[in-house]
Amino acid sequence: MTIARVDRPRRAPTAAGRGGADAPSLPRRYRRRSRLTALAFVTPLLAYLAAFYLYPLYRNLDLSLRDYTVRSFVAGDAPFTGWDNVQKVLDDPTFGPAMRHTMVFTFVSIAFQYAIGLALAVFFNRHFRLSTVLRALFLIPWLLPLIVSASTWSWMFNSESGVVNYFLHFFGADPVGWLTSPDWALTSVIVANIWIGIPFNLVILYSGLQNIPAELYEAAALDGAGAWQQFRRITFPLLRPVSAITLLLGLVYTLKVFDLIWIMTKGGPGDASSTLATWSYQLGFGTLLPKFGPGAAVGNILILIALVFGLAYIRVQRRQET
Amino acid sequence: MISTRRTLLAALAAVGTLVPLTACGGGSGSSDSSDGAPSGTYTFWDPYPQLDASSAWGKLVTSCGTKAGVKLKRTPYDTTDLGNKALLAAQQGNAPDVMLVDNPVVSTLVEAGILNKTGDLGLDTKSIQKNIIGAGTIDGDAYGVPIGANTLALYYNKKVLSAAHVDPASVKDWDSLTAALQKVKAAGKKGITFSAINTEEGSFQFLPWFWGAGGDLTQLDSAKGVAALTLWQQWVDKGYAPKDVLQNTQTTAWQEFATGDYAFGENGTWQLGNADKAGFDYGIINIPGQKGGSAPVPTGGEFVTVPVQEDTARYDVSKKIVTCLTSDENLLPTDTTLMYVAPTSAVQAEQVKQNPKLKPWVDAVAAARGRTSGGLGTKYPTISQPMWTAVQAALSGSKSPQDALAAAQSSAQKG
Repeated sequence: MTIARVDRPRRAPTAAGRGGADAPSLPRRYRRRSRLTALAFVTPLLAYLAAFYLYPLYRNLDLSLRDYTVRSFVAGDAPFTGWDNVQKVLDDPTFGPAMRHTMVFTFVSIAFQYAIGLALAVFFNRHFRLSTVLRALFLIPWLLPLIVSASTWSWMFNSESGVVNYFLHFFGADPVGWLTSPDWALTSVIVANIWIGIPFNLVILYSGLQNIPAELYEAAALDGAGAWQQFRRITFPLLRPVSAITLLLGLVYTLKVFDLIWIMTKGGPGDASSTLATWSYQLGFGTLLPKFGPGAAVGNILILIALVFGLAYIRVQRRQET
Repeated sequence: MISTRRTLLAALAAVGTLVPLTACGGGSGSSDSSDGAPSGTYTFWDPYPQLDASSAWGKLVTSCGTKAGVKLKRTPYDTTDLGNKALLAAQQGNAPDVMLVDNPVVSTLVEAGILNKTGDLGLDTKSIQKNIIGAGTIDGDAYGVPIGANTLALYYNKKVLSAAHVDPASVKDWDSLTAALQKVKAAGKKGITFSAINTEEGSFQFLPWFWGAGGDLTQLDSAKGVAALTLWQQWVDKGYAPKDVLQNTQTTAWQEFATGDYAFGENGTWQLGNADKAGFDYGIINIPGQKGGSAPVPTGGEFVTVPVQEDTARYDVSKKIVTCLTSDENLLPTDTTLMYVAPTSAVQAEQVKQNPKLKPWVDAVAAARGRTSGGLGTKYPTISQPMWTAVQAALSGSKSPQDALAAAQSSAQKG
């Protein structure tokens, strides 16, 4: 909910508050002290960011630019090789499919998560009897540990004894190798991921809906707008800032989804459902002989993609404000 | 100015959410290790999280520490985790004093330069069977002492076979095995289950067939390798083996066999205890080679190793601990608990005396090969990964066995 609020259009100019602090009438000593206090407040955050964000990022970049073997990893004397690892990764026959799967996985997941999440949010905004209970039930996928939900999906999709094929059999259809056929594996993990992502979209969009004043709907109703017109002309445009942040966060979360795919298919069969995230893990930790350099390079490519979308989001948002 | 700051913040936030994924590389080695000084506490890692401190194994570890005059702190890790944990710990300079690792990991750790030669430590490995210690031998030097060995064979369900009128003794080569599977399927039962998952387990299970055809790991796409993969692929295509072998670990493959519907299951020594609980009559045959005889099987099992320490004075105690853990009188109960075949012929004879059912396994281990043996060493992992990918591609129908193995060979050559 806080996220939604941060991104609402700014109201009054904040300049008034800032002008007060910078006013030259204040005694110098007071100003220095307040600056020190401010610094004291910021230091823990900076230390935290440095220790948990900047250093790992730096390490990852370092890993990807050096030729790490197991020996040089332990000894710490890996030679600097520049873009060799990145080049190696880009030339690898796994790169193309992994990139394609990552994009398909991310965009299809987000499209469905958002559409279903929005539909449910609008639905629950009507406050019918039991709506709170039902809404709470929809949050369950979010509360379950991922290992539980992923294992359950994997069991349901099992080609021999899975409940999904059992139902298909019930209706006279042939069993499908959900996780064992290269044509279906990616679809299956996407379906599971959509199910897991719906609550996140539902909660944020629902809280966005709560911020839309009810008068607007009353006025629209008086003017004779139907339910669909109300949704199209009021709900959707006013929900745009919340939607944008939901989609951006969803994008970043989905890009890096690893555990779900790893538990369900390990990127298989072959590399039919491998994404950049699973491939990065596969390179770094999936075999007996870790390849840290190329693994880190794939991780950096993922970060770059997320960064590009983050910047695009900011751009769009800035254009909306002006 | 405000907007740049916000840009930066948002960018940081976007990047930040991704960091947990990539940060694993930096790793924080476990902090519980000893620092140099002979404090009287020695550390010991093993891959048996299923055995707690009150188990026979847990007690043996403690008592070996006590006998060496120190307190031995044992930390069990998941097998797949242990190799990377050891690398990270060595990088941080806090590797354990004694470590039990899966045999194919030994060559990786040797490559990293973090294991001591058994010869330098003065450990005696003369009585150990050559092919078992082979997996931990690089350029003629052993880097660990095997605690025991396990390997693969075919379990069969007597009831299913007799219902399909198949005599297990008639299964002597691939053709007769396939014919048996065909009969079983015609009788309305399921043929065979194994693990073809895209991890090391999948390669481990494929190797007996690959080697049984005469395949050579340095040339994956030879006609012999293709023959082995074609065998598996046809079993899946014809429905003799289920499609979900692609997802099966060796444990889930066992669970399938334990349902009682399957005629055969490829699995290891370690399932013997579960086999007795399965509730049906079972038998064991060695995995047949393509044209008859027993196929060479890969050795499994762990090695006791002594990682390099800054304080070399610690090795004396470490050596005592290793000697204690691998002494004949301690190997017997350990290998009985773990359902392993002992690495020395003296203990093997004792094991067979106690449990005659182990006889086929002792024979299988005698014919087994280390995956990293024969000078492969750390080349093995770069071959194994393309190999399991090829198995997956062929069994799922996305490539022909020939194409899949050709792709695997080219990727294995790149390393």
